[in-house]
Amino acid sequence: MIREAIDGENPDRLYTVTGGRSRADENAFDLVTLIVSESDPTPGMQSEHAAILRMCRSPVAVVEVAAELKLPVSVVKILLCDLLDTGRIAARHPSASVGRTPLPHPEILKQVLVGLKNL
Amino acid sequence: MDSRISEVAGQAPPRSRTPLASTVNDALKIVIVGGFGVGKTTMVRAVSEIRPLSTEETMTGAGIGIDDTGGVREKSTTTVAFDFGRISLNEQKVLYLFGAPGQQRFWFLWDRLFAGTLGAVVLVDTRRVADSWYAIDRLEHHGMPFVVARNNFDEPEHTLPQLREALSLSDDVPLVDCDARHRASSKSVLIALVNHLYALSTAQETSP
Ligand SMILES: Nc1nc2c(ncn2[C@@H]2O[C@H](COP(=O)(O)OP(=O)(O)O)[C@@H](O)[C@H]2O)c(=O)[nH]1
Ligand SMILES: [Mg+2]
Repeated sequence: MIREAIDGENPDRLYTVTGGRSRADENAFDLVTLIVSESDPTPGMQSEHAAILRMCRSPVAVVEVAAELKLPVSVVKILLCDLLDTGRIAARHPSASVGRTPLPHPEILKQVLVGLKNL
Repeated sequence: MDSRISEVAGQAPPRSRTPLASTVNDALKIVIVGGFGVGKTTMVRAVSEIRPLSTEETMTGAGIGIDDTGGVREKSTTTVAFDFGRISLNEQKVLYLFGAPGQQRFWFLWDRLFAGTLGAVVLVDTRRVADSWYAIDRLEHHGMPFVVARNNFDEPEHTLPQLREALSLSDDVPLVDCDARHRASSKSVLIALVNHLYALSTAQETSP
């Protein structure tokens, strides 16, 4: 499936998909960045891109997209970059990964506790 | 096996694609770490609102470590497979639970995979206590807050203080018993972790 998608792409992009990734790309999304579609799939769109747009009509984390598409997270991040660059998705980044503070604020932890107790 | 576990957990198997509310805008992470077969997936399944999903992350690059096989210095690729589930906390927040392997090679990826993680649960199988030494050591090294949960497959032979001793676990790390198959029990492990984080966080707030 990936092969098909990247055949005919320029060598730079192929290199990227097969492993020559820059750190910047990997850092563009967290595992739990929530993806939300900003548009519907269009005819002729790469099938994975279309699948992502259908799946993310409500928020879906990057790992869920990967599990659903049965693709490694690193490949999914590349597909998501394409969609983000063209404004077809929005990304809701986790507040906790910004700046890697050692501990979350007590107020956030309180919300987690309440949520867990309601489980 | 799936259905048996679900029955034990007292619930029907959840659909895999239960959509999140459109208002959810912040996802949090907790990692459950431990040796093979210790019950990580079982615990994720017991508390998750979705059937546990699995995926893998493949990372290539010099930063991950070089395979010296044959003396050829190639870019090494490391693949780590993990499973996860999720719990909606409120209209804005969702919690993702990751079950991650505790083997040595996995820890190269910890920072890149689990940056921003609230904390970790170390699951211990008392029949294989040594499996968890490495994970505990690495978590301390990474400064990642954690609790230790003993997943009881049989009637435990030792007391928790004896286990604490065997793990050389410091007194300020909570150590609890659990049965990973049961929702209430797994939930209480997560609550123990968040209570621990809360205590650490409030201590930090008051003494900057
Ligand atoms: N008796 C018993 N079996 C358990 C318990 N927790 C897990 N298991 C079983 O142990 C096996 C391994 O558990 P799993 O969650 O797949 O381990 P993982 O490799 O850490 O993800 C499964 O067959 C579970 O049903 C427990 O608390 N008691
Ligand atoms: Mg497992």
